[in-house]
Amino acid sequence: MWKWLHPYANPETTYHLTGRLIPWFSYLTIALLTIGLIWALLFSPADYQQGDSFRIFYIHVPTATLSMGIYVGMAIAALCSIVWQLKLADASAAALAPIGAVFTFVSLVTGAAWGKPMWGTWWIWDARLTSQLILLFLFLGVIALHNAFEDKGLAGKAAGILTLVGVINIPIIKYSVEWWNTLHQGATVSKMGKPSMTIDMLWPFIFCYMGFIFLIVVITCIRFRSEILSRNSMRPWVKELVLAEGGK
Amino acid sequence: MHTTNETTSTPLLSAKMLTCIREDRILFEALNINAYSGDIIQVEGPNGAGKTSLLRILSGLSVPYDGSVCFNEKNIQKVREDYHQNLLYLGHLPGVKGEMTAQENLAFNLALQGLNPSLAENTLKDVNLLGFEDSLASHLSAGQHRRIALAQLWQTKAPIWILDEPFTAIDKVGVKALESLFLTHVDRGGCIILTTHQDLALPKERIKKLTLEYRFF
Amino acid sequence: MAQLMAQPMVNNIQYLNSLSYRSAFMLVLKRDLTIAFRHKDDILNPILFFVIVITLFPLGIGPEINTLSRIAPGIIWVAALLSTLLSLDRLFKSDYNDGSLEQMLLSPHPIFVLVLAKITAHWLLTGLPLIFIAPLLAVLLHLNEHSYGALMLTLLLGTPILSLIGAIGVALTVGIKKGGVLLSLLILPLYIPVLIFATSAIDSASMNLPFTGQLAIIAALFFSTLTLAPFAVSSALKVSTN
Repeated sequence: MWKWLHPYANPETTYHLTGRLIPWFSYLTIALLTIGLIWALLFSPADYQQGDSFRIFYIHVPTATLSMGIYVGMAIAALCSIVWQLKLADASAAALAPIGAVFTFVSLVTGAAWGKPMWGTWWIWDARLTSQLILLFLFLGVIALHNAFEDKGLAGKAAGILTLVGVINIPIIKYSVEWWNTLHQGATVSKMGKPSMTIDMLWPFIFCYMGFIFLIVVITCIRFRSEILSRNSMRPWVKELVLAEGGK
Repeated sequence: MHTTNETTSTPLLSAKMLTCIREDRILFEALNINAYSGDIIQVEGPNGAGKTSLLRILSGLSVPYDGSVCFNEKNIQKVREDYHQNLLYLGHLPGVKGEMTAQENLAFNLALQGLNPSLAENTLKDVNLLGFEDSLASHLSAGQHRRIALAQLWQTKAPIWILDEPFTAIDKVGVKALESLFLTHVDRGGCIILTTHQDLALPKERIKKLTLEYRFF
Repeated sequence: MAQLMAQPMVNNIQYLNSLSYRSAFMLVLKRDLTIAFRHKDDILNPILFFVIVITLFPLGIGPEINTLSRIAPGIIWVAALLSTLLSLDRLFKSDYNDGSLEQMLLSPHPIFVLVLAKITAHWLLTGLPLIFIAPLLAVLLHLNEHSYGALMLTLLLGTPILSLIGAIGVALTVGIKKGGVLLSLLILPLYIPVLIFATSAIDSASMNLPFTGQLAIIAALFFSTLTLAPFAVSSALKVSTN
């Protein structure tokens, strides 16, 4: 059943494959993000309630939802690595973790910046902001654990176990934080009104969203390639590669 | 390494195409080992050649980068509990608790293997620890700690012994006693895989040597 | 012949014939308790830490009774989290350093049974004493008088969760030289749900409201961590001793 996957479990093949894919994904990302952001920031209509500050939505929402997606992606990679002993899955999880942390951080900062005009304060203990903060801690934990091991193989396995423990806990944490938030309603100044999206807001949003997805793909590919190189540095094909690069 | 023993056709323990990589250095690659009952295999090599790593892989503590270890032709990952019932591994660290007495330590180690802990009292005599049964291990020396660990060898029913530097901190008399125990064990049909820096004072034809070389890449 | 080897070779040994889960569990539990009682500082220090942390809060916040009784549940629970965190190091570290952890992983017993025994010993030595001391400290913090039952019940159900989740963190970091700070980074976020539900149960009790809902959630958390954590711990230990 896994036979068709087998050639891609070979580090060398994957390295060259991702190398060929990166330029295409990069063009796509640049195109999508340029169109999406210019459209969103300059041409799409301002929200009738929130005015221009609403435009931060085009960055905040993609980063927030995708950061969760990245964690789930890491967990899937970790599961593959533990169940099928796929060494490349470890490398892809390691490649994803810092990207996820940055996305979470960006969503927190944009959330705070959006909160300032909306709530009059940089930070409130809103359920979504709080669980996003905890998600950032989970990402940082995985990265810290990964860095603490000297042996890359062990680091990947340990971080994988932690990721799986984390992914089981994320729904529980999310639920408990939401529950805690409704319990202490007094803290919330006003719930963010769900902006009703018109069609001329939706299209730039879709462009931005897809742009961010491909941005993740591109950065993951680049980081994934360097992970593969550092894990296989004693393999002959890597040495040949280094010699070839050095000869240029 | 591939000399077959007449009495057996299948090896008790076999390693197939083992590769071990530690921090970007290949320690060994495509290594095959067959240990039949009656074998004493001495793993030799300079420091850093991967002797301990090899023994840890054989014991199932470490997972090899590539290749597999089989007990009775079955992968030890699949038959872990069965394999560990038939294995005694003693590593660099003796696994002796300072807060417990010599006898309690041995009794725990025996019980962990499913043996009767009451055997501990008589066994300490064999490793020359008579009179120290009730001393806390924290008051004993490094050599005595190792003796407590080694005492399990006199009682274990496991046929496969994997011993990493068993003679460290052991005096000459102790070494002699151990060597004769090794012979008895393999004559009974067990097998031993060990590393040691001293030469074994056993008949040359009984020992099979496996040499690992230090590799720089 | 190879088949014969799996059979006992030596005949004069009495076998305990008991690789049963229960005997393995009791064996390790007894050993850990013995070691701890011969090294009493390890038991007393986290408890003392718990007491001191709780006394710091009135000093930092001021002795006003209403404020203290308002924040008492949170203080007690955060102090419980921290003192558990402090004591977790003992769970596998010394066994890792002297090699007995290896021997346990190489024993024919299922590893999760041994792990569960060690976690149980840890809870008996750190979680259980907290349950008895917490009411005394609650008096110092002027906890609402209706809340004592809830406090004890949440601690009873919640502290085992702290030990179980903490064990995963220790198992992952036991091989790392400076794992102490890292450990707190890994497990404190995972403690958040317990903290939220426990403090809210105590709050509800103080308002004379039913708190069975929160208690049921904590119980559910307890049983799910009880079933899942030992497996996570054993695979983490295998990585750490690799």
